[in-house]
Amino acid sequence: MDFLTAHGWLIVTVVKVALLLFIVLTVNAYLTWFERKVVAHIQSRWGPHRVGPHGLLQPLADGVKFLFKEDPTPAGVDRGVYFMAPLLALALALTSIAIIPFGPDPLPWKILGQEVYLGILPPNVNIGILALFAITALGVYGVALAGWSSNSKYPLLGGLRSSAQMISYELALTLSVVGVLLISGSFNLTQIINDQSSRYGILGWNIFPQFLGFVCFFIAAIAETNRVPFDLPEAESELVAGFHTEYASFKFAMFFIAEYTSMITVSCLCSILFFGGWLSPFPATWTWTWYLPTVLLLPLGLWVIWDGIHYETIFGKLILPGIGAVMCLIAVALVAFPAVNNFVQAPFWLLSKILVFLFVYVWMRGTLPRLRYDQLMAFGWKMLLPVSIANVIFTSFAILKWGAIR
Amino acid sequence: MTPQLIIFFALAALAVGGAISLILQKHPIHSALSLIVVMVSLAGLYLLMGAEFVAAVQIIVYGGAIMVLFVFVIMLLNAGIEEHTSLSKLAGVPGLLLALALTGFIAATIARSTDTVQAAAQPGNMASTRDLSAMIFKDFVYPFELTSFLILVAILGAIVLAQREKARA
Repeated sequence: MDFLTAHGWLIVTVVKVALLLFIVLTVNAYLTWFERKVVAHIQSRWGPHRVGPHGLLQPLADGVKFLFKEDPTPAGVDRGVYFMAPLLALALALTSIAIIPFGPDPLPWKILGQEVYLGILPPNVNIGILALFAITALGVYGVALAGWSSNSKYPLLGGLRSSAQMISYELALTLSVVGVLLISGSFNLTQIINDQSSRYGILGWNIFPQFLGFVCFFIAAIAETNRVPFDLPEAESELVAGFHTEYASFKFAMFFIAEYTSMITVSCLCSILFFGGWLSPFPATWTWTWYLPTVLLLPLGLWVIWDGIHYETIFGKLILPGIGAVMCLIAVALVAFPAVNNFVQAPFWLLSKILVFLFVYVWMRGTLPRLRYDQLMAFGWKMLLPVSIANVIFTSFAILKWGAIR
Repeated sequence: MTPQLIIFFALAALAVGGAISLILQKHPIHSALSLIVVMVSLAGLYLLMGAEFVAAVQIIVYGGAIMVLFVFVIMLLNAGIEEHTSLSKLAGVPGLLLALALTGFIAATIARSTDTVQAAAQPGNMASTRDLSAMIFKDFVYPFELTSFLILVAILGAIVLAQREKARA
């Protein structure tokens, strides 16, 4: 016990890392399900629906498939770099999540004498956003080295494209955030969020003074994460599968997880930098908004129960009402224990915003066609970069002229 | 041994190991990767000294932008294994001697200095972003502007060279 209290901070951090890792990987798995379902419905299909009720066990089946597939190493690859590339991509993507704060308050009770915040880093780390950019800057290597080390022409072309694309869009990505940093005067993510709080809720968010910055940031971030419409490094019709053509089995899955994790990171960043993070969009005087998590969760739970009773398979009839009942119970618990409801507010809003951005990601994939390579480069250098520089200059002048915006 | 000291020696070993590997590797990409290791471990050392901003910028600029360009160019040219001429082998001898001399000089200076070397400074106090920007844009504003002018000239030079190539073709 002495050992535990003496190294409390270390132990709590390690447990938090393990927990976050577990949550992020699970969310990743269900993000693939979410994406397939949403894209399917956009295209008037059903999407996965055979494995488990509504295809809910599909991610599990996919995971098992990835684990047990044959994993051949092509001849002539640069072995060290070939094995290191997916590891690098995954490690960097997962590290970036560690910098995101998920709530303002520590847990109401102390564990091993430590205040436990939601998020790995303590809230007073001053380089939050810079550290994130540093990790993003290194993220190029996973893709570029995978393409180069595979010793095959399609991956090489994909790797080259991705390096060029990521260098080009990283400039716009970093510059588009400078406006927010000028307004908040801090790199600290917690402080950036707290700076957006105002009496009128949504009106204090950075999206209003920094709309241009947000548009630039979101476009550049999509390009950084190699998603449609900027997924040229893996354009199937031209490059087979781009940089990960020669990767199979779990090494392929690692690239896949890395991509989805960076999607989550970008969604977190969008909501933190421009949409008030965990702040509620309603004025603080509207106390009824505190019951919104319950109001949303209860009908959802009831609907899941209703849907489960009418489901075709026996398995679905058993599982879905169970999930629905748990949702209803949580909803009721939130009303019954005001302290819990109070604590849940901040993470509730942050997670809702993250979900909205993830949906936008998938929505764009379902609607937009891929850009041509020269269009991509021209757009990045001739449109996005000048606009974000103009945004920086305009914001600085506005702050000089009218003082801080709030 | 404090944790800071352990981290310092680990990072220092990584940096020196990366630098040695940079010279000894046969393939340009492997050399470039070793250089990235050096850059990142230097950033870790800066972080240990409490210079958070410098550490982040070290990774963003050197580890990210510049080394990505190195790797990109090596990939684009598809450079093979490095060829050794007799002259380049000969250059190793004075190189080694010079390196030993430099190491000896630095070691002697450190050994003779009477100041105690601080293993870890107070986080955030040394070279905070605010102090750093005040230093760049107030105390050293003319050298800073001159440097940026130099970079601008270099960029224009690159454009002129690229255009001449196009005009000839």
